[in-house]
Amino acid sequence: MSIVTASGLWTTLFDANLWQATLRQATPLALAALGGVISERSGVVNIAMEGMMLVGAFFAVFYSVIFANAAIGVVMGMVAGGIMALFLAYGAIHLRADQIVMGVAVNLAALGLTGYLLFNKYGTNGTPQSCFAPPACQKGSVYTIPDYSVPLLHRLPAVGQILFQQSPIVYVMLGLVVLVHIFIFRTTLGLRIRAVGENPRAADTAGINVQAVRYLTVTLSGVLSGLAGAYLSLTVGSFSEGMTSGRGFIALAAMIFGKWTPFGAFGACMLFGFGQALYVDLQNTSGPLQSYSTLVATLPYLLTIVALAGFIGRAIPPAADGQPYDPAAAG
Amino acid sequence: MPSIQAVDIVKRFGSFTANDKVSLQAFAGEILAVVGENGAGKSTLMNMLSGLLHPDDGEIRMQGTPVKFGSPRDAIERGIGMVHQHFMLIPVLTVAENVVLGHEPSNGFFDRREAERRVDELSARYGLKLQPRARVENLPVGLQQRVEILKVLYWGSEILIFDEPTAVLTPQETRELFVVLRELATHRRTIIFITHKLKEVMAVSDKIIVLRTGKVVGELITSETSPREIASLMVGRDVLPTVHKPPPRIGEPIVVIRDLHVQSDLGVEAVKGIDLEIHGGEILGIAGVEGNGQTELVEALTGLRPATSGSATLKALDLLAGNSTVKTSAAKVREAGVAYVPEDRRERGLVLPYTVANNLILGLEDSPKFSRGGILNFSKVRSWARGLVPRYDIRPPRTDIPAGNLSGGNQQKVVLAREFSEDPLLLIAAQPTRGLDIGAAQFVHERLVEKRDSGTAVLLVSAELDEILALSDRIAVIYEGEIMGIFDAGESNEEQIGLLMTGGEERAAEQSIDLEAPALVQG
Repeated sequence: MSIVTASGLWTTLFDANLWQATLRQATPLALAALGGVISERSGVVNIAMEGMMLVGAFFAVFYSVIFANAAIGVVMGMVAGGIMALFLAYGAIHLRADQIVMGVAVNLAALGLTGYLLFNKYGTNGTPQSCFAPPACQKGSVYTIPDYSVPLLHRLPAVGQILFQQSPIVYVMLGLVVLVHIFIFRTTLGLRIRAVGENPRAADTAGINVQAVRYLTVTLSGVLSGLAGAYLSLTVGSFSEGMTSGRGFIALAAMIFGKWTPFGAFGACMLFGFGQALYVDLQNTSGPLQSYSTLVATLPYLLTIVALAGFIGRAIPPAADGQPYDPAAAG
Repeated sequence: MPSIQAVDIVKRFGSFTANDKVSLQAFAGEILAVVGENGAGKSTLMNMLSGLLHPDDGEIRMQGTPVKFGSPRDAIERGIGMVHQHFMLIPVLTVAENVVLGHEPSNGFFDRREAERRVDELSARYGLKLQPRARVENLPVGLQQRVEILKVLYWGSEILIFDEPTAVLTPQETRELFVVLRELATHRRTIIFITHKLKEVMAVSDKIIVLRTGKVVGELITSETSPREIASLMVGRDVLPTVHKPPPRIGEPIVVIRDLHVQSDLGVEAVKGIDLEIHGGEILGIAGVEGNGQTELVEALTGLRPATSGSATLKALDLLAGNSTVKTSAAKVREAGVAYVPEDRRERGLVLPYTVANNLILGLEDSPKFSRGGILNFSKVRSWARGLVPRYDIRPPRTDIPAGNLSGGNQQKVVLAREFSEDPLLLIAAQPTRGLDIGAAQFVHERLVEKRDSGTAVLLVSAELDEILALSDRIAVIYEGEIMGIFDAGESNEEQIGLLMTGGEERAAEQSIDLEAPALVQG
């Protein structure tokens, strides 16, 4: 494919490959961002999603090798993310430490832990060979998640390729956007989560266990970040040091851009995913646009700054977001 | 057997003992009043009874059995519900959601419709009218309290603790509340009622416990005591009851309001064509049930809210900046000589984590008195604060502690000290004594009268009719955004004004409880 002119860019925009890649890029962001929505709605700022994602990515590969099964790898990645989240929860909720500082600590710990384990378990060669199915897979290779084409639907022109020739985790993510929305806004637990995030003392007096709710939401956030990490590593079939490369923070920005709502966060993730997909696309071209690809990649973030500065309506966080709750500090 | 009993309860915060061997008992079907000045330890005691705090020593018994509450949930499950002074509501949720929170009806999902049905049913049964779908943040304070009460009733509590419930109510609403309290008592509920308003204690309680500096200093039977006895127990000395108020020297009109229209946050017209003049040297009191446009009126005059039409001028200055759709800046209004004591000192009057000194210069920080080129001169700020603190009797007399650490009365004194310091032409005081005890309220009243006597035009907005009657030279009654009538202080009475406050409808039937106990204490 060669893009020489602006009309070349035009053709790129109508290329189903670009949009398929957009959804792929958006998936790990959206999974983490959904977790972020749940956590922040209960009043815990989770900047540790990056670290939870990284740990999830490593352990997904690790257990995929051990059990020779990608699905078990994914589940273990989620468990690992959840366990990482418990550290944040213990510090930020139980000990009432500053949530940002705790989050930074978890991120650094995750980077160190996965870096150490990568070398310790696999040496300097990195994670083992990846494979999709038994004939190619031998003992000790990384079982990777193959794409799954939805019968019939994937044959639809354009839409088929974009929506129905994807990793199973992409379908899971799309379903979760709806489920998390229902969870937050239509269930009793969701009502309690929002109450805790707005006025924990009022929730406490109404008999809601603020600490328990926050432990749950932070853990859920960790599990979703772990899933995002598992998607990253088990789609390519390898883990490398720091492979999340800031996606946890981008997810955080997407969540804010999306005004702490699942659909909003998803939309923002699609925008960021589009930026990344376009960047990759342009890099693989020759011609004048290639040299601008990095610049193009910054566009979604510039747009985020504009949006957060208040041009698309002010984003109002939950009133008690970021505030530790001390039940004994009554007036 | 008492339905609830506290035995030798001790609670310390650091070196400060908030409750020192406090004991009380209350029986089913009885209304027990717990009275005391702010800081006497009433709220601490009630927070322990409702499970929010845990006693360091002593025990709580229910039906004679010792109980321990690990959390408010434990207390609620045992049938203790508390209506808090600072409302425990989630502003962004609806009335129904707030009421059922923690005990939500569920059909797999949150059953919104069922929640709204139950709230409708409860509010009908107890005569507490509310829209279940309204967002709480859009309700005036008076209605928010109803949500609080409904919540406790929804919990099915046997023991109901009311923390200063009438602080936000009008006489009519207070009567209605007392009818509810009586009704609950006849249904064998136990009512504990915290207040410092002796009139109300006399009107509704059966027994009285008086607290002072964390200790019980008196246990009284209401029918056998007098307001004077209670007051002297509370304060520890005899109290001077009334505000000394010389006859007014009314001057020129300072503020002229003509056909003012203002919208509420909901986009509904809240002020519907008000005409008012406020003269120098007078206190004009606005009497009205909360939520009848007072907040919007005050916010329009202080530049915090745009007016839709009409005019308001301060001397020659247009307070609405000649453009009715754009609000003028609050800073300009302030510069023109308007001082404002906002109705919610914690939200709007103070920055609670800031020190007393910094709170005393809020809005004045650019004045050459305190800064040059944007750099604050802290030694000037401190010396300014050190001058004001003793003059306004702010306790403890320190300028370097966060305002949030002060009691409500002392927080209010900080607001007054700041607002009065600039010699305003117009002083707007909204609910200036809300939640204050006798001593602090009296202090505020004296300062308001002092300002009036120095020629300032004072606009007093209060939901406390007693306060309006005691201080005002003229009284304007507001109802649904309109002025129903203006009276000179001499020619009005409580009943007449109370009637107009509710739209002039007949309400005689509701006056079954006599509030006309000796008016010893104002506010």
